[in-house]
Amino acid sequence: MDQTLELIREARLMKGNEALAEAAIRAGVQAYFGYPITPQSEILEYLSREMPKRGGIVLQAESELAAINMIYGASGAGARVMTSSSSPGISLMQEGLSYIASAQLPCLVVNVNRGGPGLGTIQPSQGDYFQATKGGGHGDYHLIVLAPASVQEMADFVFDAITLAEKYRNPALILADGALGQMMEKVELPEEGSLEYPEKSWATVGKPKERERNIITSLFIQPEKMEKINLELQEKYRRLKEEVRYELVSTDDAEILMVAYGLSARICQKTIDLAREKGIKLGLLRPITLYPFPEEAVASFASKVDFYLVVEMNAGQMIEDVKLSVNGSRPVFHYGRMGGMISSPEEVLSKVEEILETQSVSNTSTGR
Amino acid sequence: MIRGTVHFKIEICKGCELCIVACPQESLGLSNKINLQGYRFAELIKDNCTGCINCALVCPDAAITVYREPKSALRKSGKEAVEVK
Amino acid sequence: MQINDSIEGLELVYQRPATLTDTPFHYCPGCGHGVAHKLLMEVVEEMGIQENTIGVAPVGCSVFAYHYMNIDMQEAAHGRASAVATGIKRVLPDKFVFSYQGDGDLAAIGTAETIHTVNRGENILIVFINNGIYGMTGGQMAPTTLIGQITSTSPYGRDEKLIGYPLKITDMIAILPGAFYVTRQSVNTAGNVRKLKKAFQKSFEFQKLNKGTCFIEVVSNCPSGWGMTPVEANKWMEENMFPYYPLGDLKVPRTEKEKGSNNA
Ligand SMILES: Cc1ncc(C[n+]2csc(CCOP(=O)(O)OP(=O)(O)O)c2C)c(N)n1
Ligand code: SF4
Ligand code: SF4
Repeated sequence: MDQTLELIREARLMKGNEALAEAAIRAGVQAYFGYPITPQSEILEYLSREMPKRGGIVLQAESELAAINMIYGASGAGARVMTSSSSPGISLMQEGLSYIASAQLPCLVVNVNRGGPGLGTIQPSQGDYFQATKGGGHGDYHLIVLAPASVQEMADFVFDAITLAEKYRNPALILADGALGQMMEKVELPEEGSLEYPEKSWATVGKPKERERNIITSLFIQPEKMEKINLELQEKYRRLKEEVRYELVSTDDAEILMVAYGLSARICQKTIDLAREKGIKLGLLRPITLYPFPEEAVASFASKVDFYLVVEMNAGQMIEDVKLSVNGSRPVFHYGRMGGMISSPEEVLSKVEEILETQSVSNTSTGR
Repeated sequence: MIRGTVHFKIEICKGCELCIVACPQESLGLSNKINLQGYRFAELIKDNCTGCINCALVCPDAAITVYREPKSALRKSGKEAVEVK
Repeated sequence: MQINDSIEGLELVYQRPATLTDTPFHYCPGCGHGVAHKLLMEVVEEMGIQENTIGVAPVGCSVFAYHYMNIDMQEAAHGRASAVATGIKRVLPDKFVFSYQGDGDLAAIGTAETIHTVNRGENILIVFINNGIYGMTGGQMAPTTLIGQITSTSPYGRDEKLIGYPLKITDMIAILPGAFYVTRQSVNTAGNVRKLKKAFQKSFEFQKLNKGTCFIEVVSNCPSGWGMTPVEANKWMEENMFPYYPLGDLKVPRTEKEKGSNNA
């Protein structure tokens, strides 16, 4: 994007959570509502410190339930708004998110994923993939989901998520994890004020005489109307496919394709180096948009690779989307650790080698 | 006695009878006819309405319009009439 | 007898406010929601604030308030109206914002939001319709249901030993510093309707002056949920609800003079 290149960028060493918070201010977020929870409290803390100085509104709500409904109100009133939390708090927000998706309100939600289920652990996890990408609350809806893999992306994706949310009038979620939130890296922050505010003629800002009243609602009591709204949403999700983003690493000659996002993708990059030293041609497809999922890109490797390996910090969630994309044409394996444990690049490589062994056994036995 | 009168938007009246109870003059009753919603609607049954607006105040469906003889210029519009002084 | 309803020589003294749309209310005959809607919109019309008022109505019988009130409105999730109103008011501090909530909404599922919104002194009006029952879902017990009162989920009458006492949440609200004006009114008689209207007026005036939260409980009826005619329901309300939920102001702004004498 030419425009992004034009931005004057300054480099700083920052924590992921703080880079994200600073980016939110620079992206023109007008109001933030949130509730403390590890490992993302730095976002609320940073904004509590900075927002008042820079003309923004920040409010620590009594719960995530209240926070997400404040988001509903403020977004419905036309403001650029944001909230952030971690897994248990995001669970508490699901009812509100379903309402927001149905009422088609733009907003940015950040989930710094920790290990679960339940209160779980504060260590990083990708256990919320299903919740993030499949809707999460009740009804047929989706959030736009972006998965950063670096502190730089924690900042950049704030701009991208807000742009998408406003373009499609849909809540957008940044799905990070505890490690990305806490790690320090060099980051070049986007320039403040570079994101324009779109016209929001639908917002409830007070009804001038000339126009009909604006109503923000998710209630469509007649089934015919409710179906129509659903069809509209589904149509929107189809259009969203244009926004699919992913990154390819060492895929040109890859014989095995790993699919991993966020922190797992960074681990897989190391695995690629280790594997290639041993002559194993490993490549990586890193989905950047988890919803819309890069299904065509994933499928396009079916004719080129022997098998897929999905690496996640969970029991196997994204693997379902990979399998749907591949549609049975190649074997799809999974490697993951749970509960806040992070796989090492070596562990992932062992998994690759283990599969290679069983594959060659089964290949000889089937005479391939 | 001051003369007043009331007009009902009979199609939105639900025949709840709250206006009938509120009327100090007992000027109101339910019609024997029904409206399109299927309710017997309220109507004026006596000629003694004073335009006190009590019926209109308690009507949950905002179905009543009230008129009254101008009384020495005190209360002029509907808005002033309901103001509590 | 031919009744003379001619308006010749008469002047208009009361009519439906123009801030209500022409859509007939879907409320049951005699339901207090209608009176409260009408009064709110009368005040909005008379104060000339239609262009600057945003309402929030959550799930409950009044969920369709936006069909009737001709202002910008948001429909909120069950219990979350004050949080939604907070969000609106924080980003539009110069607009008039109100929430309009039932007892189940405000005093059961949304208790936390209610208390904290008032505790922050959000500059909004909270209208609390207390009809002692869950109207919309068909007459189940509410936090405000009276002891011994029969509902579809307290078929033997509310037993305080099992389910606790009717919650006087307005009394709790009144002790919060963020609450500026707290009153309990009703809609049963012309006199009470006048008082309620005055309370709405005052609340919007206080909101203009950024005074904090104004909280108005409206003790109301639910003829359908209670299984009574509207006239019987109002009588039952007077005899049973008013003794437990007495009408009147619970917190009124102190005048400058009073403040001075307290300081002295
Ligand atoms: C989360 C959730 N739980 C339950 C409901 C079902 N529900 C809708 S309205 C209502 C009670 C409404 O009662 P109240 O707030 O007293 O208002 P009223 O209908 O009496 O005016 C309930 C339980 C819901 N919509 N959402
Ligand atoms: S109070 Fe209103 S709705 Fe009820 S009977 Fe009278 S006019 Fe009809
Ligand atoms: S159910 Fe009760 S509260 Fe609801 S409209 Fe009917 S009378 Fe009113």
